[in-house]
Amino acid sequence: MRVSVQSDVFDPSQEAADFDANGGGAVVTFNGVVRDDTGTLQAMEIEHYPAMTEAALTEFAVTAKERFDLTNVMVIHRFGTLKPGEVIMMVATAAKHRKQAFQGADFLMDYLKSRAPFWKKEITKNGADWVDAKIADEDALKEW
Amino acid sequence: MQVTVLYFAWVRERVGHGQETIETTAKTISELVNDLRAKGPEYEAAFSDLPALRAAADEVLCDMDASLDGVRTVAFFPPMTGG
Repeated sequence: MRVSVQSDVFDPSQEAADFDANGGGAVVTFNGVVRDDTGTLQAMEIEHYPAMTEAALTEFAVTAKERFDLTNVMVIHRFGTLKPGEVIMMVATAAKHRKQAFQGADFLMDYLKSRAPFWKKEITKNGADWVDAKIADEDALKEW
Repeated sequence: MQVTVLYFAWVRERVGHGQETIETTAKTISELVNDLRAKGPEYEAAFSDLPALRAAADEVLCDMDASLDGVRTVAFFPPMTGG
């Protein structure tokens, strides 16, 4: 199991190649990328709560591993200033069968969205604004 | 008792700083919020919409009516937007 909270850029292809399935027959990887819906985004600033972030992510990873019988799990999440197109985060899960691997990754994504202490601020040509949490993301947690 | 209070994201911006130490007799997080709101208009602006806020006691998410008994650090922030 690997959990990393970092400002450094990482290579998701390399991380995927290095991810050990530990005998599992299914591996799911997901990366989130900074998107620019309006063509005005200059940067995304990601603030976090250093004393809490890694413990929270580790808790989600341990829960996912037990609940979905994962053979391995990895969570990487960046903070700091990111440009459009840069990778923000990555989740990888390995399990005996694909359903567990997909569900484990989905579970982790839902928890990262709404329970990990990160806050995104969009810096655009027209100013800066905090990204609002979506009700749909909060509702997604109830599915678990 | 003394409590370290941390603010993140727009809560930090409205309050004007990210950390302070408060002397308080508050028994719960929401009582602490009442103490903070009395400190000035910048705090009133940060805490005016309580349902829009989240809190953590000693780095664990908690409800606003959670007890402050034995708690050393309280953090206030908007709903999280990770992922």
